Amino acid sequence: MSKRHLLALYSNFDEAEAVVRELRNTTINGFDVNDDMIVKSPIEHPEVEEFLGDKPVYVQWFTLFGALMGGLFGFFLISGAQANFYMQMKGGKPIVPFPPNFVLTYEMFILGGVFITILGFLVCAGLPAKRSPLYSAKVSIDNIAILVNAEEAAISVLKAIFTKHKALEIQEEAGK
Amino acid sequence: MKDIREDIAWAKINQDVMKSLENPRKLYWVILFFALMAFGFGLGCEVYQYQTGMGVANLNNPQVWGLYIATFIFWIGMSHSGTLLSAILHLMHADWRKPIYRFAEAMTTFSLMTAGLFVMVHIGRLWQFYYALPYPNDRGIWPNFQSPLLWDAMAIFTYLSSSVLFLFVGMIPDLAIARDNMQAGWRQKLYTLLALGWEGTDRQWRNFRVTYLTIACFLIPLAVSVHSIVASDFAMSQQPGWHVTSFPPYFVAGALYSGCAAIITLFIILRYVFKFEEYMTLPILKKIVRLTFAIAMVWTYLNAVEFASVWYSHDQVSKDVLIQKMTGNYSPFWWGMIFCGSVVPLVFAIKRFQTNIPVLFATSLLLNLGMWLERWMIVAPTFSHGYYPWTWDHDQWPSIVQWGMVFGSFGWFTLLFLLFCKVFPSVSMYEVKEMVYHRTLHLKKSETAEQGAH
Repeated sequence: MSKRHLLALYSNFDEAEAVVRELRNTTINGFDVNDDMIVKSPIEHPEVEEFLGDKPVYVQWFTLFGALMGGLFGFFLISGAQANFYMQMKGGKPIVPFPPNFVLTYEMFILGGVFITILGFLVCAGLPAKRSPLYSAKVSIDNIAILVNAEEAAISVLKAIFTKHKALEIQEEAGK
Repeated sequence: MKDIREDIAWAKINQDVMKSLENPRKLYWVILFFALMAFGFGLGCEVYQYQTGMGVANLNNPQVWGLYIATFIFWIGMSHSGTLLSAILHLMHADWRKPIYRFAEAMTTFSLMTAGLFVMVHIGRLWQFYYALPYPNDRGIWPNFQSPLLWDAMAIFTYLSSSVLFLFVGMIPDLAIARDNMQAGWRQKLYTLLALGWEGTDRQWRNFRVTYLTIACFLIPLAVSVHSIVASDFAMSQQPGWHVTSFPPYFVAGALYSGCAAIITLFIILRYVFKFEEYMTLPILKKIVRLTFAIAMVWTYLNAVEFASVWYSHDQVSKDVLIQKMTGNYSPFWWGMIFCGSVVPLVFAIKRFQTNIPVLFATSLLLNLGMWLERWMIVAPTFSHGYYPWTWDHDQWPSIVQWGMVFGSFGWFTLLFLLFCKVFPSVSMYEVKEMVYHRTLHLKKSETAEQGAH
């Protein structure tokens, strides 16, 4: 069956939370609350994550990888360059001196960490992204939006729930 | 007094900040004009020096760095408070950072870009800059990785690129707001491109929070390392007056100090020019003033430690440099530094001046004059009183070309900063909304608790 999008706007987080709770507690054929629902908010709001339930974040793994790679790359680049001078007289000093190399390794550790964290953010947050099928600019002002993607049969039930919780506006994707 | 009113409508926050992108007060254009003039003069001096040679700068042996490196340290220092304070206050969940961190981070970025210019300028032979870059080449020649100068270049590059990314990531939700609220035109196209399709979904916010926090954690040690490394340029040499153990913390404190003073100056200018009185409030200004006062006292203490350690170390050459600073030809500037850096900030201890805008504006400018003098007094006196007697009394008065480039750098910084504030939101809209929201929640909780008590 074909699926359609439905977007409901709310004026505050309490109402949006009530809708999400009801959707969680109601079994609706053709709608999976975990996969078919997105909450959009104008501010970073930890409570949204609480009522949506635990969802993993993987950005920190990118960070770890980036920082380690940055540090290793930095150290081996410097050491490799210093080893290039192997034939030169070093006057008994070490060819690859660790204390001064630590400084640049440290800087490269941070540089790698930051760059790959940003890459991880883009990958994990799905950015750059195309505009959603239904979008309201009011989310960038003060509205909280609940976007659902459900089969035709579930649309009327979802609409009823949205209306019950005093949705400010309901947008519907045209039928295909 | 409240940091911000809890009854400001979120739509109004958007409107006020978006308005700042279009209708600043006339003073904006006046400052922009003077910035352009100063930049043009500096550029002219650089072109003249490039065409004629370094002699026109009046640089000589032993005075090889002059104002260029002193001003380079000044701008590196200036960059410190923006991103570093923003990151620290973010980790501490200090809500009052929210209306001011954006311009402070922009200040960091543009200060670093300005500082970088002086590295190029002081070389003289600009076309040979590529020798400093570490890249594989046929001759197997690499820069000296054991030199603090190279550490410096790497640290500044890391700090600049990380600060730009930190600024950009923090701005994505606001760019989306600008995209949604701006009329069609080049600006909307720019915001659409930079907002990366941000829609404020729960997935985006979740990853945004972790990313922002992670970069903030990286930036704190990075910022400290940058100015410690700049201090190493001096402290790792054997020169009297520079070979001081306390130089790295002294440099970091000085950097924070000048950065905080610059935040006060720019706070006052932006508040007036962009009509941000409701967001950049006096209670927030008071907090920055108190923080600046605390850092001023740390800086004063570290100065005292440095002087005492030189005085009691019985290292006669270093002692001579110190005495020369106090009594020699540079003494007016050295005492000026002490006055502006340690005496003037006492104004901040007086409660009624902590929110007096004209007094704060003048004081913040004097503090930064003191911090600029500090950098000059680090560089110049050691060159004119080193180990070799022939260097003694080789005092140097910088030529108009050097002064021109110093003034030009202020013009360049101001130009970039003002253009940024006109093109991008200089107050974080979504975070001010968060601040208002947290305050509303706090009030609700207090009311409920009060009703329960009754």
